[in-house]
Amino acid sequence: MTIQETQEEIIADFDFFENWEDKYDFIIQLGKELPLIQEQYKTDENLIRGCQSRVWLHVEYKDGQLLFTADSDAVITKGLISLVIKVLNGHTPKEIAEAEITFIDAIGLGSHLSPTRSNGLLSMVKQIKAYALAYQAKSMQQ
Amino acid sequence: MHDTMTIGEQLDIQKIRKDFPILEQTVYGHPLVYLDNAATTQKPTAVLKAMDDYYTTINSNVHRGVHHLSQLATDAYEGGRKKVAEYVNARYDHEIIFTRGTTEAINLVAACFGKKFLREGDAILVSGMEHHSNIVPWQLVAEERGAVVKVIPIDENGELVLDNLERLLDGVKIVAFNYVSNALGTINPVSTIVTAAHKRGIPVMLDAAQAVQHMSVDVQELDVDFLAFSSHKLYGPTGIGILYGKEEWLNQLPPYQGGGEMIKTVSFEKTTYNDLPYKFEAGTPDMAGAIGLGAAIDYVRGLGIENIQRAEHELMEYALSVLAGIDGLRLVGSVDASRRAGVISFLVGNIHPFDLGELLDQQGIAVRTGHHCAQPIMDRYCIPGTVRASMAVYTSREDINRLAAGIRKAAALLL
Ligand SMILES: Cc1ncc(COP(=O)(O)O)c(C=O)c1O
Repeated sequence: MTIQETQEEIIADFDFFENWEDKYDFIIQLGKELPLIQEQYKTDENLIRGCQSRVWLHVEYKDGQLLFTADSDAVITKGLISLVIKVLNGHTPKEIAEAEITFIDAIGLGSHLSPTRSNGLLSMVKQIKAYALAYQAKSMQQ
Repeated sequence: MHDTMTIGEQLDIQKIRKDFPILEQTVYGHPLVYLDNAATTQKPTAVLKAMDDYYTTINSNVHRGVHHLSQLATDAYEGGRKKVAEYVNARYDHEIIFTRGTTEAINLVAACFGKKFLREGDAILVSGMEHHSNIVPWQLVAEERGAVVKVIPIDENGELVLDNLERLLDGVKIVAFNYVSNALGTINPVSTIVTAAHKRGIPVMLDAAQAVQHMSVDVQELDVDFLAFSSHKLYGPTGIGILYGKEEWLNQLPPYQGGGEMIKTVSFEKTTYNDLPYKFEAGTPDMAGAIGLGAAIDYVRGLGIENIQRAEHELMEYALSVLAGIDGLRLVGSVDASRRAGVISFLVGNIHPFDLGELLDQQGIAVRTGHHCAQPIMDRYCIPGTVRASMAVYTSREDINRLAAGIRKAAALLL
């Protein structure tokens, strides 16, 4: 699936929720379910400092694709992170660098991407983009 | 004081709420519950009208014109100063300096006091529960002067530990701490610290940003040398605040900023500075702000600050008892309502404050989450932050009930 298709699928899933409780319940469950990152990668180096919650991001480059694992101490942020990863994981640096993350706004959680909210999600998306650009530049040199 | 309400009168909260039009709105379909009053309070219609009237009828630059409007504007601006002086019972009106807020007032004292009185090896004493605005200005000046910042520790209950105060005061040139903690709500023992400091001739600066809206503050009775607060936390407009300083101290400090208004004569050889308070008010001041703050003080005195204090204390007792009934809820700070004012900081189970705050927001309940610009306190308790509910005169029991129900609902989703 392309990045755009995955985003559309998520937006369609969220259309089913009739109230905020169900929507958040789903995100919270996502946040609780998976241990997104291996403990060894929860290092200071991988820590993205958001004002309110902490986010760790670990990136691997394998066979031309970027693979992400991440974690947060706030469960709603963590749930959203797992959705961002679902959208971007396993794509090429070029695809990721060019992608526009639209689904968070579309599911009514756009405030999480507001710079004033500073909960780490925006910084994480920026960081992912920065990695993608860096790997893209690197692969073009080769 | 000539408060229109007699002391001991029960406040009619529902009637008071009508003075604050912003409260009559819904957020995500729920009637707004505004519990972020420690960040800023809402403004009564009387304040909005005073500022509107100023711009509509007498707007003009102050102290500068011979013309009619300028005279009216100057009178209104100075009238604001007089109301502040009366509100905190300053000896003279010129002991009241208009600043942009608490932050600027503290920066002013730190910079000017530091320049005149701090030498290499001197110390500044602050407390472990200060807002960043009462830490960083002192760190800046300490670094500049080669001085050090020392800290009064706090205990598990969010109270200052004063056992070693005498030793802590060694080498100290000025003490700065808050009357009421914005993160914990703790009311600090001002007189104990002032007495100990004054015994050694050390001046004291009190950050009253979280006190003036909740209790009567009398600078002569407290005998503090400097005091700061912000209009916007006292039902007044943003952009203006107060530095009170004893005349003898303010006269000793050099000016803070240069410009118009603060000078007597200017030549390239020598400039002489204006008298208090203008020496510290460079440039065109916030006229509308001073008038709005004056109107806010009229409003508060109309209700009676003692009546407000009593009503809020009763509400605090009620809130603490309601919140105590919530599974897993942990208060940060004192459990004794008489030891705190305005603020309730808490955590629920191992829920991240940010998650709880977001789900309260979804229910139309506005609280603050995070470290509340007081990171050292959060480090002290080894927590990432708290959820903070803070009250004002218009906060009702219904607001508290909604908060409790909102926390239960959020916790059910999050735990
Ligand atoms: C105790 C305390 N001091 C200082 C400040 C800073 O006030 P302002 O931002 O209005 O200058 C605040 C406001 O949050 C406060 O609560």
